[in-house]
Amino acid sequence: MEASHQTSPRPAEFFLLPLRLAWRQLRAEKARLFSAIAGVMFACVLVFMQLGFRAALFQSTTALLASMRADIFLMHPLTTASFRPETLPRVRASQTFALPEVRAAVPVYLAQAVWRNPENGTRRPVQLVGFDTEAGVMDLPGLAPLIEALKRPDTIAFDRRSRPEFGDVGKILAEQGPFKVQVANKQMEVVGLVDIGASFGADGNIVMSELNFRRIARERIANTVDLVAIKLAPGSDLNAAVARLRALLPGDVMVLAQPDLVAHERAYWENATPIGFIFAFGSLMGLIVGMVIVYQILFSDIASHLKEYATLKAMGYSNAYLGRTVLSAALLLAVLGFVPGMLFSAFLYDVVGKATFLPMGMDVERTLFIFLLIFGMCASAGMLAMRKLRDANPADMF
Amino acid sequence: MQPVLIEKLSYAYGTGALARPVLREIDLVVEPGEIVLLTGPSGSGKTTLLTLIGALRGMQDGTCRVLGQELAGATEAQRVELRRRIGFIFQNHNLLGFLTSRQNVAMALELHPGLSERDRLARAGEMLAAVGLSDRTEYRPGQLSGGQRQRVAVARALAVRPGLILADEPTAALDKQSGSDVVHLLRELAKRDGVPILLVTHDPRILDVADRIVAMEDGRIIDPEAEAA
Repeated sequence: MEASHQTSPRPAEFFLLPLRLAWRQLRAEKARLFSAIAGVMFACVLVFMQLGFRAALFQSTTALLASMRADIFLMHPLTTASFRPETLPRVRASQTFALPEVRAAVPVYLAQAVWRNPENGTRRPVQLVGFDTEAGVMDLPGLAPLIEALKRPDTIAFDRRSRPEFGDVGKILAEQGPFKVQVANKQMEVVGLVDIGASFGADGNIVMSELNFRRIARERIANTVDLVAIKLAPGSDLNAAVARLRALLPGDVMVLAQPDLVAHERAYWENATPIGFIFAFGSLMGLIVGMVIVYQILFSDIASHLKEYATLKAMGYSNAYLGRTVLSAALLLAVLGFVPGMLFSAFLYDVVGKATFLPMGMDVERTLFIFLLIFGMCASAGMLAMRKLRDANPADMF
Repeated sequence: MQPVLIEKLSYAYGTGALARPVLREIDLVVEPGEIVLLTGPSGSGKTTLLTLIGALRGMQDGTCRVLGQELAGATEAQRVELRRRIGFIFQNHNLLGFLTSRQNVAMALELHPGLSERDRLARAGEMLAAVGLSDRTEYRPGQLSGGQRQRVAVARALAVRPGLILADEPTAALDKQSGSDVVHLLRELAKRDGVPILLVTHDPRILDVADRIVAMEDGRIIDPEAEAA
């Protein structure tokens, strides 16, 4: 457009002068500024909520597997999600001992059964997790102090982060110690609490020894299992062990390191269900609405100052300078709307988290990502509005 | 070198059969330091001529050399550069409503490299003092009278120490007294700095500021040598 040394005597002024002009212009009309900020804030909160729900749902769906802290897992290749597993032969667990670095391998049984609420008697399906709790292979949060108690017949540990519809087990336990509940028409004794978390697949979880699992799930054939959890000797190479297990075992098992197991579960919810799409779509709607609002504000700002912009052009200001001014205004709106939007979202996360028992939380990565989205939204609104600058024709000034 | 040198300048709006000529073979010279008034009935083409000289409009036929820049075939960048050396005064003040008088004048100086913000504000203050508004530097246009606003516009046009001032009906929106005050102030400051002025008007009350009056009619200069008092 023009020789740049004429517009930019100092590099700082190249951006700062248009930025200052944009700020002075925005500041002059308080009502318009506040409606613009409210628009950006609205978009910001909407995107924060959508992406927050999405992350919380994905996180909660993998809560059970994420809490199973062993090194390597075996799973049937046809298992798509942990709430409806394909079984694999129990003998695969023993076969892994062919590798010297495998210190322990325990079968894990998963099933659903009906739990009767100890407070009001209502029934609700609960996720059963049974495995050799003594082997020390899976370090479920909160399990360690309960290992002795879980050796007794018909004992279970209850997930304290289950939905409240299962009854306030923690309170009863604190008041009267271990007590009986009905699970799958059988009296079981709750001896303690673990930390797992409710998910889409299961509203609540109970953990028990392999033996106690079989006493509840009588129909289960003992030589087929749902997962095998493997603990390696300290100092072993995890990736090498995974590779050797893959070479060793037949094709009816999939060998996954713990993070890959969680990722596999998450991939199911992301790809095989509409959840991921729904929230991405919701975010996009928020961004479009926000962009339209910002565009309207910037456009009417330009339209109502068309004479002044034309005057600046007549004085020798270039289109590029005025374009930078409009973009600066867009970016100022992005920042001014994002900060209160983020604070309000943090507040909403807290409220929603308490109401839904979903793990809603601010994280740095998502916050930065949303800032970039809002930034992009305002910048594209600015680009669209800049087209209106062409109407500022200095030849029409006279 | 003459600040403005125009030869056989023609201009038409529209194209082909619909073309409507507004300027026909204009020849016009503005000498250094000269104040020229351009008068004529509306539709005579004087405003179009002013926008061509101001590099606000692309040329069609003829030559037009302004402050040493030939405008026939000039690029947009060359025209933008030339505009920075011209002071414009419009019928309406066209000040930015959200800036104070001082900031409005300083805006014109931002295009001129080598000045710090402090220099710009100081020079803006001097210019406002020169137009008698040193007590109004921190006022916004909305808080000033029409005459005061037009004086701020004069200060803005002169702040860049232009090589030429182009003014279009600068008194049209003003009453007799303030209109007369503004043009006399403009004349005084221009004479002090030796800046030539080309001023379009059909306000007979201000003809006395001119060194020379050029009358236009129907796209032609009818008596280029007319002299005024």
